[in-house]
Amino acid sequence: MARTDLSIELTGLALENPAILAAGVLGTTGSSLKRIADSGAGAVVTKSIGIEPKPGHPNPTMFKLGCGFLNAMGLPNPSYKEFRGELITAREGGVPVIASVFGAHPDEFSQIITGLDGADAYELNVSCPHASGYGAAVGTDPVLVTEITKAAKQAANAPVWVKLTPNVTDIVEIGEAAQKGGADAVVAINTVRGMAIDIHSGYPILGNRFGGLSGAAIHPVAVKCVYDLYQALDIPVIGVGGIANYQDVVEMMMAGACAVQIGSAVYDSINIFNEVTAGLARYLADNSMELDDIIGMAHRKVGR
Amino acid sequence: MKPRNAIITEVIHETPTITTLKMDLKLEALPGQFVMVWVRGLDEVPMALSHPDAITVQRVGEATNVLSGMQVGDSIGIRGPFGNGFELEGTRIMLIAGGVGGAPLLPLARLAYAKGLDMTTIVGARTGDELLFEQQFSQCGRVSVATDDGSKGYHGFVTELVNQFDLESFDQLYVCGPELMMKGVLDILQAQAIEARSQFSLHRYFKCGIGVCGACTIDPSGQRVCKDGPVFKGDMLIYSELGKYHRDATGKKIVQERFEDSL
Repeated sequence: MARTDLSIELTGLALENPAILAAGVLGTTGSSLKRIADSGAGAVVTKSIGIEPKPGHPNPTMFKLGCGFLNAMGLPNPSYKEFRGELITAREGGVPVIASVFGAHPDEFSQIITGLDGADAYELNVSCPHASGYGAAVGTDPVLVTEITKAAKQAANAPVWVKLTPNVTDIVEIGEAAQKGGADAVVAINTVRGMAIDIHSGYPILGNRFGGLSGAAIHPVAVKCVYDLYQALDIPVIGVGGIANYQDVVEMMMAGACAVQIGSAVYDSINIFNEVTAGLARYLADNSMELDDIIGMAHRKVGR
Repeated sequence: MKPRNAIITEVIHETPTITTLKMDLKLEALPGQFVMVWVRGLDEVPMALSHPDAITVQRVGEATNVLSGMQVGDSIGIRGPFGNGFELEGTRIMLIAGGVGGAPLLPLARLAYAKGLDMTTIVGARTGDELLFEQQFSQCGRVSVATDDGSKGYHGFVTELVNQFDLESFDQLYVCGPELMMKGVLDILQAQAIEARSQFSLHRYFKCGIGVCGACTIDPSGQRVCKDGPVFKGDMLIYSELGKYHRDATGKKIVQERFEDSL
């Protein structure tokens, strides 16, 4: 039997499959990104890169809960100047490398993108929930999101994706702001604000006190956000949030995602990308369908 | 998992800079596995388990300073055990422990002793009073000592003492200590083409400790020290960054300091 074709064209990039490594996970070094490319990811996103070196928040920065993971890394990164070499190494993996970028205002995004030339696409992090002055601090303001996206588009010689935060009243408004700024795609969602307290001592556990929830707990939140964005936007939606198996991928695509990103699930298996793409191919073959048949299927079933 | 609450039940000052904290928690761990130790409100750091219910801390920074000053009744948070530990192989083994590197090797020595293996341990430190677990290792097999200043045992580096043994005669060698000591040992093993018979416990800057964030990955394999390690086979490390550089909290490469400064 011929292997089911999972290849997609996403904002002008050719991907062998739609399973992408999410930002912030195993993306600190080029060799780590290469390893994930070798383990079957269709593309990889780097750790978010900024202007200056940042050590991030004090530990604990991440731990597992019964329902998912809490993290507050605090955007640790060596600066875009130091990261250039890692990007070159990462591209040896043979899959598109998307540079995740964070800044406090449009000029910073432009500077980083210009200085981090050579990425296959740029993903604007306007959604990290726990870095003061960055991430969701700018990504909850639709006017700023449009301005940042415009500036990034001007600076970039490659597609620009905008990663959205769910920690807003209406994610569609922010998605529309990104589209208005010229975004080639939106990525939904980043982590959901959360916190855990040690009952033995009363201390918040995360070094930053609060952080972002990822994993299974946020999957239904992400599905709803992707569903709403697909309905409202004309640009592609990339779905991320609690994807741990091929069934989650199928569900996210039925909500409207044309590709997915996987993060926390590498905890269970570093081979997760091979696993979900094999499952997805089998699912499509068993149901005599192609990827296009499932993308947005839930909308068509109920009438868009 | 959220950190488990551990109350300190005993404080043992092993050397002027190294302290063992016994806890009211007994963890089922393989020798060489580690725990994340949370000093509440300050930081969380990876530490080897030196006993099922104890960690052994060297004062090197803020968190380990606070840990070193802890009293019976104080408490810490513990997550783990995490990572892959040492695997016992063969019947005649050598353990090479530099400084606080003896901490993850002690449970291995105890397990090897219980299994009746023939064991030689090399314990090294800057000075005689900084030797860790010399007596405990000697209860499990032969011990040779090296000190930089010659105040006890062989006068010189651990690597020089290692070179005096017929390394071919050992089925497996287990190493933990300062990075450049480990690199020195690896070079010796490679020169004799026996690096595949060795296991090294690495240290790198850890954030999540559970294999997700990627802060501790090593080049060029992209292996995660916290999850794929911290114990790696010598032949896996030959062309790695070991002894050349590591990364700081930002992910920036830090070129390894001189050999003598690292011992």
